[in-house]
Amino acid sequence: MKAKNLYDKLWESHVVRKEEDGTTLLYIDRHLVHEVTSPQAFEGLRLAGRKPWRVDSVLAVADHNVPTLGREGGIQDPVSRLQVETLDANCSDFGIEEFRMDDARQGIVHVVGPEQGATLPGMTVVCGDSHTSTHGAFAALAFGIGTSEVEHVLATQCLLSKKSKSMLIRVEGELGMGVTAKDVALYIIGTIGTAGGTGHAIEFAGSAIRSLSMEGRMTLCNMAIEAGARAGMVAVDEKTIDYFRGRPFAPKGEFWDAACRDWNTLKSDEGAHFDATVEIDAKDIRPQVTWGTSPEMVVPVSGAVPDPSACADPVKRQGMEKALQYMGLTANQKIAEIPVDKVFIGSCTNSRIEDLRAAAKVAKGRHVAKSVKLAMVVPGSGLVKRQAEQEGLDKIFLEAGFEWREPGCSMCLAMNDDRLSPGERCASTSNRNFEGRQGPGGRTHLVSPALAAAAAVAGRFVDPEELS
Amino acid sequence: MKAFTHLDGLVVPLDRPNVDTDAIIPKQFLKSIRRSGFGPNLFDEWRYLDHGEPGMDNSKRPLNPDFVLNQPRFKGAQILLARENFGCGSSREHAPWALEDYGIRAIIAPSFADIFYNNCFKNGLLPIRLEAGIVDRLFGETASVEGYRLVVDLENQTVGLPSGGKIPFEVDAFRKKCLIEGLDDIGLTLIHKDEIRAYEAKRKLEAPWLFDGRNL
Ligand code: SF4
Repeated sequence: MKAKNLYDKLWESHVVRKEEDGTTLLYIDRHLVHEVTSPQAFEGLRLAGRKPWRVDSVLAVADHNVPTLGREGGIQDPVSRLQVETLDANCSDFGIEEFRMDDARQGIVHVVGPEQGATLPGMTVVCGDSHTSTHGAFAALAFGIGTSEVEHVLATQCLLSKKSKSMLIRVEGELGMGVTAKDVALYIIGTIGTAGGTGHAIEFAGSAIRSLSMEGRMTLCNMAIEAGARAGMVAVDEKTIDYFRGRPFAPKGEFWDAACRDWNTLKSDEGAHFDATVEIDAKDIRPQVTWGTSPEMVVPVSGAVPDPSACADPVKRQGMEKALQYMGLTANQKIAEIPVDKVFIGSCTNSRIEDLRAAAKVAKGRHVAKSVKLAMVVPGSGLVKRQAEQEGLDKIFLEAGFEWREPGCSMCLAMNDDRLSPGERCASTSNRNFEGRQGPGGRTHLVSPALAAAAAVAGRFVDPEELS
Repeated sequence: MKAFTHLDGLVVPLDRPNVDTDAIIPKQFLKSIRRSGFGPNLFDEWRYLDHGEPGMDNSKRPLNPDFVLNQPRFKGAQILLARENFGCGSSREHAPWALEDYGIRAIIAPSFADIFYNNCFKNGLLPIRLEAGIVDRLFGETASVEGYRLVVDLENQTVGLPSGGKIPFEVDAFRKKCLIEGLDDIGLTLIHKDEIRAYEAKRKLEAPWLFDGRNL
């Protein structure tokens, strides 16, 4: 039999039918829904008099608009409130399970899905959100869709899609001191560019990837979309299977055993073909900081802002100049000399328990610098928050001068009240540093949780290892 | 969905790479629970000098005269000329909704982000990939010729130049058919509902835990 890669296997097991030109009706096992990209889809269903095909495949949670403070008082912004209330109403009308704002399980959809075992290996997972790639960490085929497709999946349990090309990114070797999954993700994007993975589904492999925890693999797959790939994935191993033991939506009893047997096949066969392969040496990766307005504009924390005049490509050069201007930086400026105004630890990239532990380790016994106006920690879900509190992490953060908030997307995209003011500079553990992403005129530097905590303490970017 | 067959349109050039969906339609406008009305806020942060919020009277806001969409010579443009990786970032379909609502029907660029590319077809918007060198030439011609127009012929998959030359482009047969006929995807898929049921029955035997795992 022909050797298959993981993507081939996941794709082929979900084909319902295929048109001549390759357009495929792909079956979807899990549909995650949030408030921003779903109202128009539900409205479409209603207008056409349709019902969801398989209600039990859908799980909904409001995350983008929810406040991270004073939740008891409800959502103050009437437009945000209407959007969340619309989700609540749609879910009750159609009989969809939803974790509402006051539910302990509420949180960012990409944190909640795996945490509940609602995402499982071998599944196809979609959500009207580009960071759905996160779920690929569990050897699932997971990708973001638009609102029309949300409606399509609700109505038919299928998606019309064409198979992408496959790309293997192999990171071999041992990761250096203080190098995290976030740094691996940023380094990869810096290497292949934000369009490097366009048209591809990426499999991350190699000893450095296998050494990552499930949380780390989620961080990495989360940012596959920032490399242009709709889907990122990692093969199943012991860690994958262990992760799901006892999760509420995970199979139990004899189904558990059958599932494990199936899951163990979810890896690329020896000698499987990939349309593209990228080899990365783990020891080349240092803790990373982005300097521009695209995640590919990234350098090590020990480095300096690059000089656009040294760039031969005129389109690229112009992009770099615009980015420097927006970011208020100059060529050759040392990263370690850039002061920060705010620090955000959160988002579906880095808000899981391991991320909070890493940040707390740096924050412990230290204090947020006076020059830093706000340093906030926003757990990815209510359950992450509870776990962190059981471990005493909240106290470490509070004593160090961080704010400890309620779960949600928060300042990752600033749809609620958490945002940067024009010109403010933020060390952020999120995934996008686009212009205005964290508030109009705000300047975002993407970093790992440890680096964000270190920036809060030092008031500037610094390798946590160098903090005295 | 609006059908798309043939378009003779004025071209507006947006000369920067990696134009992301946050730039196309900033997040504050995503709070709307409607599908229309996003056009006035297309490229909001570049287009206006003040900060836009939903519910503002956009006709009273100060325009940024330097932004290309605000230049009188590009008023009424239906074809957007862009650089590589257009539409990167989030999955928000509000981006094609805003472009379509503004009056754009086709976008020409060397490359598009996958989700955005996909979303365009669902909204009667045609994304056309042309080689970077050709796009570069079109940027030059748009800059030098006032009222520069192109003719998009989807049936024959060509972009017609004012000189009479034609540039071919690729598009999936299935997507092309849906766009030309203005077909509703969901209706098309439901024609195959028995096949979907048959797939489910087979899959339930192979992997029963995929079907409502909580109740097992
Ligand atoms: S945390 Fe940020 S990237 Fe993740 S789903 Fe929320 S808004 Fe999107």
